[in-house]
Amino acid sequence: MTALIAVAMAGPAVAGEMRQGGKMLLTGGVSSIEGAAGGGLATWALIAGNETDAGIGGKVHATYVALPDFDLASAGVAIGIRDRVEISYARQTFDTRQAGAALGLGKGFKFGQDVYGVKVRISGSALYDQDRILPQISIGVQHKRADKAPIIAAVGGKQSNGTDFYVAATKVILSRSLVVDATVRFTKANQFGLLGFGGDLKNRYKPQFEGSAGMLIKRNLLVGAEVRTRPSNLGFAREQRALDAFAAWSVSRNVAFTAAYADLGDIATVRRQRGAFLSLQGSF
Amino acid sequence: MISIVLAALLGLQATPIPPPEDPVDPYTQSNANAGATPFAGPGMLRAFHGKAGIARVVDELVTRSIADPRISDIFKGQDMVRLRRTLKEQFCFILNGGCDYTGRDMKASHKDLGLQTADFNALVENLQAAMRQEKVPFFAQNRLLAKLAPMKRDTVVR
Repeated sequence: MTALIAVAMAGPAVAGEMRQGGKMLLTGGVSSIEGAAGGGLATWALIAGNETDAGIGGKVHATYVALPDFDLASAGVAIGIRDRVEISYARQTFDTRQAGAALGLGKGFKFGQDVYGVKVRISGSALYDQDRILPQISIGVQHKRADKAPIIAAVGGKQSNGTDFYVAATKVILSRSLVVDATVRFTKANQFGLLGFGGDLKNRYKPQFEGSAGMLIKRNLLVGAEVRTRPSNLGFAREQRALDAFAAWSVSRNVAFTAAYADLGDIATVRRQRGAFLSLQGSF
Repeated sequence: MISIVLAALLGLQATPIPPPEDPVDPYTQSNANAGATPFAGPGMLRAFHGKAGIARVVDELVTRSIADPRISDIFKGQDMVRLRRTLKEQFCFILNGGCDYTGRDMKASHKDLGLQTADFNALVENLQAAMRQEKVPFFAQNRLLAKLAPMKRDTVVR
């Protein structure tokens, strides 16, 4: 992380033509729970931060998902370099609260994981290519390191570390005031990786779909919905798609607030985990 | 003789003529130079409150931009009379207001300005503010911006 910050600080001094800020509102997306620029659940092709192709920007986020029986928290940082490369880090904590006792883990038992991401925009511009059908396309990797290896092994998880690969396509359709994204993620992750990777049922990379569609209601307000499919690798607890309905509000050039109603399906045998998704981002 | 000159000067003061535009190198006039095709139907022209509304939006856009510290330097030494006229023509043509665009194409008219993406975005923000002031509905604003966004390719050179 220190090296990243050093790169960010060195940037403007090296290139005299760099400037601060200048991206259009919300065109850096908000922060997904994995730390990359996106919607709340889905990772998008947009590059984080307020910078254009002339500079280095970034964002920090804090996200809290309050479910009936669990809490999921995520905090992290993403750096966007020349609107081309994004480097991100997020720390996720999954609190089992009372359910931890029922699952034999102990009340308030916490799973955590670190997510390290790199994303590269390979073609197109979501915003400027309004006369072309081609969306902005980015490819990325997310390396995830879950911290409860013994428990993951005990429930049938094959690895506690894993890497997701994805291709994301995002387009702003200004003539309809729409923002749409479709992402294909190759993953073996159980519950985003918090319960490890691969399992007793399946242990192969399978493509999963992440989709978002939103409408710009005002210059600084995007409302929409997302869907994200996930593999169901573990015999002890099946896993379903996640859904949300969200509103992302750019309070100012540097602050965005996202609120959503999220349905994460069944988690670790506990059914119907639906609740509030709240996220605050600061960007520069 | 002196009285005739005086009369002419007084006459000029009494009925001011619009300041003239600077001469430009010859070029072929064409609506294709506007860099976008017009909308069909009268809906967008109505959303912008006709030609008078378009003129107000362009005047507000230019006034905001020459006062905007992010991009004011770009307009120094430029022919602002011509800029206001050709911008009004361009917007009126695209919004299907029945105007012809007589200016140069986007590449030629921006080639020496050294614009960056952030300059383009700052201008768009000023246009959004001008359209809000004119009370152009938000979805109509975005429809116009969809026509203008691809112009970044020809206007931003570095």
